[in-house]
Amino acid sequence: MNRWSIARLVAAKDLRIERRSKVLTNQVIPFAGVTMVIFAFALDAKSARTDDGFVPLLELVAPGLVWLAALFSLLLLVQRAFAIEADDGALDALRVAGVDPVAIFWGKSAALAVQLAVLDMVLLGAAVLLYGADVPAGGLVLLVVTLVVATCGLACVGTLYGGLTAGFSGRETLLPLLVLPVVAPVLIGATRAVESALGTGGVALSEGWPWIGLLTVFAIAFGVGGALAFGPLIDEAT
Amino acid sequence: MTTTTPAPATTPTRTRGTGTTATRLLGIATVVMLGWLVAFGLGFSPADRDQDEAVRIMYVHVPTVWVAYVALGVTALCSALYLFTKKHSLGFDRFAGASAEIAVVFMALTLVSGMLWGKITWGVYWAWDARLTSFALLFISTIGYLAVRSLGGSHQQRAKRSAIVGLLVVLEIPLVHWSVRLWNSLHQEPSVLDTDGDVSIEGLMLFSLFVGVIAFTLLYVWLLLHRTRSMAMADLLDDVGLDQALADRRAEGASS
Amino acid sequence: MIATIIIGMDNAFEILGSYVITFAVIGGFTWRVLRQGRRLADQVDDDQKYWT
Repeated sequence: MNRWSIARLVAAKDLRIERRSKVLTNQVIPFAGVTMVIFAFALDAKSARTDDGFVPLLELVAPGLVWLAALFSLLLLVQRAFAIEADDGALDALRVAGVDPVAIFWGKSAALAVQLAVLDMVLLGAAVLLYGADVPAGGLVLLVVTLVVATCGLACVGTLYGGLTAGFSGRETLLPLLVLPVVAPVLIGATRAVESALGTGGVALSEGWPWIGLLTVFAIAFGVGGALAFGPLIDEAT
Repeated sequence: MTTTTPAPATTPTRTRGTGTTATRLLGIATVVMLGWLVAFGLGFSPADRDQDEAVRIMYVHVPTVWVAYVALGVTALCSALYLFTKKHSLGFDRFAGASAEIAVVFMALTLVSGMLWGKITWGVYWAWDARLTSFALLFISTIGYLAVRSLGGSHQQRAKRSAIVGLLVVLEIPLVHWSVRLWNSLHQEPSVLDTDGDVSIEGLMLFSLFVGVIAFTLLYVWLLLHRTRSMAMADLLDDVGLDQALADRRAEGASS
Repeated sequence: MIATIIIGMDNAFEILGSYVITFAVIGGFTWRVLRQGRRLADQVDDDQKYWT
């Protein structure tokens, strides 16, 4: 079996577990939804003055809040993705069986990316419904590209640090400490790209594309770096 | 005379502390240099034309930044040396860990003295400047590195895990800096950034800065040596404790 | 001489504060490192200390 088919199997396994346990749909998405609601409480329904006149504050900050909620939910999803491995020593079993760690990394990243993409779309929907953000037809391509690239980057970082902290007591608190500083570039880049895709506060569409460059470099750096580092990190035999 | 105090050959000597003659000399040199730093920084050096008295903070701020970056560099270098040398020597791991601990202390000091300088020069403690923001993120990442070191497991596991995380922190630096800089260029008036740009440095001020950098570098080396030695002993005692526990367990098994 | 300059200085709070905090933290860290070294060195024989 080559690397790709193993990765596909690992991803399919994780998604099958998710489909049966429904943690994403029954717990993480509701969590993300309530986060979006309490953001509105914190920021209030005030307006802010921009070049285009007065814009509701929530509409102005909607792209940032979407990604912030996505980051917090990412932490939950990563905990979940490795709790299913660590609980019955499945990760160790895979390692002992000589399964290629690069394939495990890519498989788990892909499964995480799929779940995260679903979550991002729900969050964007919530921003449209709750915050009054609207999606212009012209920005749709940029929006989709941002979503895909940012999600890949986040999934790779999440899998890498999730694998590192899996199986240790106190991983719930260590994971955010490690992940949040690392994903700061994604939060910045994806927020700005979505802002220009939605035309928030009069940001031009063309301003969004340089951020795609940043997000792509990030995703590649952690896709490759993570694949190299994942094997030694989860290999606790030595 | 020598017969009055015969040390029994069976009990090995235990010298107090982690010092040697060399580190003691280094320590004295450090203290002397730190004294000179205070004298020059607060006394002899004149007020700056643009920054006025606030420039005095620079004599402690710049050396702490310098030590913070050197310490992080040493951590990264020792992590790479641990991973990519055949022997996987724990010595490199302990140097990396000790250096990161010192880096965290100096990064915190850099942030504090930088904030006090910002309060005088900018009127606010914090500006969302690219350098400040990425430095703060780096500070948090270094704390994360130390947290990973304390996760547990065998010494080799700890060394491998933390060496990888150490190198990931280095991978993260350019990405964070690039993104924050790009973000910053859209949201920050450049006028704030200009104030720390071209400072005309006079002879005595440059000398004071130089004294500060030397003093803090000596301090760094001194701390690194002491901390690495205590870490080596801590590892040794861990091993002894483990051996003792194993021996006890065997004795238990034999007696029952 | 130094004392008179310091008292007359503008922004003395921030400037002296940065020196005091820096040296206090360094002092505290140094003290901790030394004390820890002492404590451990009492439990380890000299022939196992690579620097002796």
